[in-house]
Amino acid sequence: MSETIVKVENLRKWFPVRMGFFTSLVSRRQLFVKAVDGVSFSIGKGEIFGLAGESGSGKTTTGRVILRLLDPTGGKVFFQGKDITRMREDEMKPFRKKMQIVFQDPYESLNPRMTVGDIIAEPMRMLHAATGEKELEERVKQVLEDAELIPAEEFIFRYPHELSGGQRQRVATARAFVLRPNFVVADEPVSMLDVSTRAEILNLMVSFVEKYQTSFLYITHDLALSRHMCDRIAVMYLGKIAEMGTTDQVINETLHPYTQALIAAVPVPDPTSRRIEVVIKGEIPSPVNPPSGCRFHTRCPSYIGEICRQKEPPLVDVGNNHFVACHLHSGKKAKA
Amino acid sequence: MSLLEVQNLTTYYTTQRGPVHAVENISFRLGEGKALGLAGESGCGKTTAALSLLKILPFNGEILRGKILFQGKDIVTLNEGELRDKIRWKGISLIFQGAMNAMNPVYRIEDQIVEAIKLHEPKISKKEARKRVKQLFELVGLDPSRTRNYAHEFSGGMRQRAMIAMALACNPKILIADEPGTALDVIVQAQVLKLMSELRKKLNLAIIMISHDLSIISETCDDLAIMYAGKIVELGDIYSMFKKPLHPYTQGLIEAFPNIKEKRRKMYSIAGYPPNLLKPPSGCRFHPRCKFAMDVCKKEEPPFHEVSKGHFVACHLYH
Repeated sequence: MSETIVKVENLRKWFPVRMGFFTSLVSRRQLFVKAVDGVSFSIGKGEIFGLAGESGSGKTTTGRVILRLLDPTGGKVFFQGKDITRMREDEMKPFRKKMQIVFQDPYESLNPRMTVGDIIAEPMRMLHAATGEKELEERVKQVLEDAELIPAEEFIFRYPHELSGGQRQRVATARAFVLRPNFVVADEPVSMLDVSTRAEILNLMVSFVEKYQTSFLYITHDLALSRHMCDRIAVMYLGKIAEMGTTDQVINETLHPYTQALIAAVPVPDPTSRRIEVVIKGEIPSPVNPPSGCRFHTRCPSYIGEICRQKEPPLVDVGNNHFVACHLHSGKKAKA
Repeated sequence: MSLLEVQNLTTYYTTQRGPVHAVENISFRLGEGKALGLAGESGCGKTTAALSLLKILPFNGEILRGKILFQGKDIVTLNEGELRDKIRWKGISLIFQGAMNAMNPVYRIEDQIVEAIKLHEPKISKKEARKRVKQLFELVGLDPSRTRNYAHEFSGGMRQRAMIAMALACNPKILIADEPGTALDVIVQAQVLKLMSELRKKLNLAIIMISHDLSIISETCDDLAIMYAGKIVELGDIYSMFKKPLHPYTQGLIEAFPNIKEKRRKMYSIAGYPPNLLKPPSGCRFHPRCKFAMDVCKKEEPPFHEVSKGHFVACHLYH
């Protein structure tokens, strides 16, 4: 693999549960929502890494903790080899230029009172990334053209309410890439958009990634899109990674029963292969009090006995950097 | 005679900037126990079409022309009382988009369903209505002992099931589901779709599935109608629609859908944006985005033309 840009080790983020006054008198201990609970992975230069899972699996929190938008409870985050886990905000500043985020909802993430030009120039102004107003304007125009918001001279003066959802997300993408960052997190960037425009936005992101060799963390619940978008995928369940590998490994040589169930549940746009099979019942349990042992055992169709309930399966490499956390496969160690 | 036959339905919204041509001249049929998918981008008129079928349009919406024949009776000409007594809930019922949040949070779910039953069948006693709620809960796979819960005590999938139970409260012939899958996780979505397919068989229920997601429709429906800018541009049975889509818009839409079972490929999209329905484009409404657009497309509106049996398309390429 190429140079590692982002590395996460045993990352944890627990949110304390707010309790009422009387409950806190009675209750003996503080409860936590274990949103992210021991996650490790790394992203190489120019790599598109997909983080997939149901809502409540902790994928968004993971993305935010890596960018230090949230402070981790435990574990470590390395960015270009430097440990940024406990850095102070002023020490973080040089790194802020190198990491950006595209949010899910383009209707909420753009300031309605700022013009498109100001929105895109803002990160450069904040981080003093341009030498003067002239360079600033040049770069804003350039990135607008790259984002296919043409004519750029006209879009600079528009306000977000004049744009469609797809155009807004182009602006958000342009804002993220204008600093030519080394690392970008995209949190469900197309889930609010129409299907016909989704591909456009994703292709735009891919073209930026290729141009600047950016490492890209793509957070999504849509496995069908990840299949065509990502180089590698990690599937999360209740704050832990269940399976991780190249896209082909995870989608075509699926090992974890949860990943299998997720893939089986994805509807296929082909009436001849109709099958809606529902392999698993119920919904994701509460992360406040996750099931013991393997967190998936309460819904697992291939439950193999006591071991699943008692022992937590480690994430092991079963060969060719295909990782899975399941007792069915923990016997198969990688051939060294 | 079909269970439901819509002929040249046209619905506009009056706004300060002029009429919005939300639904224009759409026609389709729905047989008993059949499932029809209505697909298209947001703002193409799918939801307005559904609201027109029940005549529950917002105050500025109006059905201008057309007929909606339900078992031979024209819904457009019925008054409010007749609609309540014969059509809504008993004939056709609707599950709204974002149904997860459509329950009233301060009433018990049981009371909400009982209210609906009592309103449409005044003769039934409260006790019987409660009994029916329990049966409905069982039908949709919910625990009947939880009828007296509040909506917030249910998870998203359970709320969606409760909404389906509510929609079925007065034995309708047609169930309209507006975006039943959005906002649900894939696994829960698959559970809900499976439930709807089972109910359809069990109750011989006709379903109109409104969705922007073609893959959901391809999993559940017999027929598919593609809407663009207020019009149905193509209509046919689901197999021929997917195997041989005729309209360039349908082709683009199908292509834009990634299939998890395929090899990794470049993702496609339809260039451009849907038009403003205050002033829809002349001729074929799709011509500004169409890669096959000819001169005639800008001038003349293409007729809705039957290409092969049961497969209709409105496009100048085919006639």
